Amino acid sequence: MVKYIGKRLVYMFLTMFLIATATFFLMQTLPGSPIASYSKLNESQRAIVEKKYGIDKPKPVQYAIYMKNLAKGDLGTSFVFKGKSVNDLLSTRLKPSMVLGAQAMVFGTLIGILLGMLAALRQNTFWDYGSTFLAILGSSIPSFVFASLLQYWVASQWHLLPVGLWNDGWKSSILPSIALAMGPLAMAARFIRTEMIEVLSSDYITLAKAKGANGFEIAFKHAFRNALIPLITVLGPVTAGLVTGSLVIEQIFAIPGIGEQFVSSIMTNDHATIMGTTLLFSVFLIVVIFIVDILYGIIDPRIRLSGGKG
Amino acid sequence: MQLDKQQLPPEKFERVAIDNESAERITKPSLSFWQDAWLRLRKNKAAVVSIFVLLLLILMAFIGPHLNGHSGDHQEIRHANLPPKIPGIEKLGIFDGVGNMGGQKVDLYEMKKVDEYYWFGTDGLGRDLFTRLWEGTQISLFIAFVASIIDLVIGVAYGGISGYFGGRTDDIMQRIVEILIGIPTLIVVILMILIMDPGIMAIIIAISITGWIGMSRIVRAQILKYKSQEFVLASRTLGAGDGRIITKHLMPNILGIVIINTMFTIPGAIFFEAFLSFIGIGLQPPAASLGTLINDGYKVMEFQPYVLLFPSIVISVLMIAFNLIGDGLRDALDPKMKD
Amino acid sequence: MEKILQVKDLELSFHTFAGEVKAIRGVSFDLNKGETLAIVGESGSGKSVTTKSIMRLLPESSSEFKNGEILFNNHDLTKLTDKEMQKIRGKDISMIFQDPMTSLNPTMTIGKQIMEPILKHQKVSKAKAKEVAVELLKLVGLPNPEMRIKMYPHQFSGGQRQRIVIAIALACNPKILIADEPTTALDVTIQAQILELMKDIQKKVDTSIIFITHDLGVVANVADRVAVMYGGRIVEVGTVDEIFYNPQHPYTWGLLSSMPSMDLEEERLYAIPGTPPDLLNPPVGDAFALRSEYALQIDLEQAPPMFQVSKTHFAATWLLHPNAPEVEPPANIIERMKTFRGSRYYEETTGGEA
Repeated sequence: MVKYIGKRLVYMFLTMFLIATATFFLMQTLPGSPIASYSKLNESQRAIVEKKYGIDKPKPVQYAIYMKNLAKGDLGTSFVFKGKSVNDLLSTRLKPSMVLGAQAMVFGTLIGILLGMLAALRQNTFWDYGSTFLAILGSSIPSFVFASLLQYWVASQWHLLPVGLWNDGWKSSILPSIALAMGPLAMAARFIRTEMIEVLSSDYITLAKAKGANGFEIAFKHAFRNALIPLITVLGPVTAGLVTGSLVIEQIFAIPGIGEQFVSSIMTNDHATIMGTTLLFSVFLIVVIFIVDILYGIIDPRIRLSGGKG
Repeated sequence: MQLDKQQLPPEKFERVAIDNESAERITKPSLSFWQDAWLRLRKNKAAVVSIFVLLLLILMAFIGPHLNGHSGDHQEIRHANLPPKIPGIEKLGIFDGVGNMGGQKVDLYEMKKVDEYYWFGTDGLGRDLFTRLWEGTQISLFIAFVASIIDLVIGVAYGGISGYFGGRTDDIMQRIVEILIGIPTLIVVILMILIMDPGIMAIIIAISITGWIGMSRIVRAQILKYKSQEFVLASRTLGAGDGRIITKHLMPNILGIVIINTMFTIPGAIFFEAFLSFIGIGLQPPAASLGTLINDGYKVMEFQPYVLLFPSIVISVLMIAFNLIGDGLRDALDPKMKD
Repeated sequence: MEKILQVKDLELSFHTFAGEVKAIRGVSFDLNKGETLAIVGESGSGKSVTTKSIMRLLPESSSEFKNGEILFNNHDLTKLTDKEMQKIRGKDISMIFQDPMTSLNPTMTIGKQIMEPILKHQKVSKAKAKEVAVELLKLVGLPNPEMRIKMYPHQFSGGQRQRIVIAIALACNPKILIADEPTTALDVTIQAQILELMKDIQKKVDTSIIFITHDLGVVANVADRVAVMYGGRIVEVGTVDEIFYNPQHPYTWGLLSSMPSMDLEEERLYAIPGTPPDLLNPPVGDAFALRSEYALQIDLEQAPPMFQVSKTHFAATWLLHPNAPEVEPPANIIERMKTFRGSRYYEETTGGEA
């Protein structure tokens, strides 16, 4: 296990290094100058600005400086928000994104598990078809389409909830959380349904029945735990989906989060911020996948050894 | 226990010779794997309906732009922002050209003295949205199909070579994949799109640059599974070469899973195209794709919701259809489910 | 002898994708108090389905009782509600399954799994149930039960797990214990241990056992009576001696001939030709006729009734009809019959020449 974790850590750093390097050099080839917003400057002023941001030096030197700073956790200085460090910029935006992501994750997974259970226990009934249909919709309809429609009907037409902005406390987080939760919801519902059906047909469930256990005991005491544990494996892809979704959802609901910052930095050619956000997303996703793998690795032997075919 | 009461004629008790043929007789008609899969798929109503819906959408993507005589890029400012109006259906109170004007319901066609019908209305530049919708569908489908074919070719080749030749080749190729798999798709797609000139090619390349990894891993796992099985060994013992083993023994076995996986790559590609276009770094105007149309629609959602509605419906139906066909194929091709 | 369970004319079908599979087509047998009844037959003969239908463990959505009854304690088990059935399962009738690797819940300690039926069916405290569980583990020969009780299934070997499953089955002193091929998935040495354990337990607790197996060697070892199943029917039933030394049905002949034997110098092992019948479209008449070299014309037209051979021995074959021609069983069967008092080949001098 320790050896495995060590190996994974090495790969993680390798991947991170690769992403940082690739991002840095890709940024250099971008069309449009990072200091486009300084267009009124004359030659000498421009030179001063370039010196200030360190972009007058040759590329390899810039790269070395960037990587050195990165190792210290410094993501550099934003080109657009004058003089503001990318670290500060992103840290103020971290909270809304985290709140949104966590709410969507918890809400989506819980409802998804519930729907999946319902579908598996009431197989081939109205409940099964209804929940399967919902899961298909959730995994098929793009999050931004769903978010736009929610915003139009629930907020602008019926005035039930705020249209957007992160300024009305918890209420303004409801709609974006629901929109973002559709992905995890669909994933969990489909996954739990298949797992439950498989578990319910396993020998130990038949044995539980042979002991005289009733339907409730079989579903919750015996089957549920066994169906739930493998759900950990899809947490990685689900988190990746949440990050992707947050880019558009934050834009649609005007939420001052990381995703919104990312999109706007792309629009304004704010290289340092694009790089910083890219790295932040990458680290987050890589760490999540790492944790998920380790978690499952810890629980897995028990499942494999006893749940698998002998 | 009970003795038979009826008298049975003695000739009934003659010995009969049963030939072994009839003992070994196979009563079920013999079906090939694909025939069997097709029979199963046909019983899956959702998948069958989806196939029809998908074919209809593909058909519309080709003939739709030529149906009502309007062209998708013709701008006519006088005809801007017209709501949908369809002959015949207009009498039912929907699609009758009535739209919002300063909070009041007015027939905008009458007001602007437009005699033509715009089935799905027009956008702010007076372009026919019906025509643009199907042009956009065409582009989205094109991007998705091309990206999926690239994923398929690279994925199968990479995974196949890695799995089949094994050893050092496999080691090196898998180390590369292990690093690449760690990079979040979203990041790669956005970075690639940023450094290339915006356009269809850029999107296709961006989507397929890491898209093949999933396919290659699946193919490699399948090849590893099959190449160690006895029928391959038997064939090799009989003198079959690599080419024959790959084409005759391995390919037919992994074809099913490759098809299933492709059925899930396509909606993934449709999503990413629309996603990129929606956040504004995908296709650039005046080109239309489902993503740009939804983006356009979102901007005017408050006053002309129909601009958003139609492309949203098409993309959702398209995604649902692909997912349901994928599910159906998986159930049909998965031998585990066989009774 | 007291009959504890009576199965009468049981017919059961599965509704599948391809159509109605008639898995059990009129099965009748009795189980006496304290005896071990073995049900033998090849896979697909309906032996497992028969016992699962006694426990009502078949999926209700796809299986259907077509006819017949299962009488236990004057109740017809096929007619009980789910709630009533739950009170019988694990308490009066319990079951051991084929694969110990998959029949224990991987995420529950074995102690909890053993205590579950005790807490469910008997009004006892948790502490008392735990005591009983420890006792049961001792009974099935698992060392250090006090410590082991907190462990998870994956920490045990296959043989140990089957002991645990047996402990679960015995938890409430059931009147009937159904063992569905309990040794098939185990190594040969472990098989013998588990069989010994089961015989041992039967001596200690007075339980009737239905033992399902396809292994005739196991049958000879544990059973009092044997029922041979083929194509969803019982084709022959009798005491162990009657089935082994005076078999009447050609299928039983085939089964016995295909069993490797030490005392007979057969060079080749016999194999029954052909494949088991397709129960989607079961053959008319004797289902085995198509694979039998002793088939009569009537076998292809009409199903044979049960003919009585002795007080305890019945066989469903037209060969026992008074009008049937005399046929000569395979040589090794004649060898067997020579040693059985009452068979037509019986020879006074036991041991007879070959």
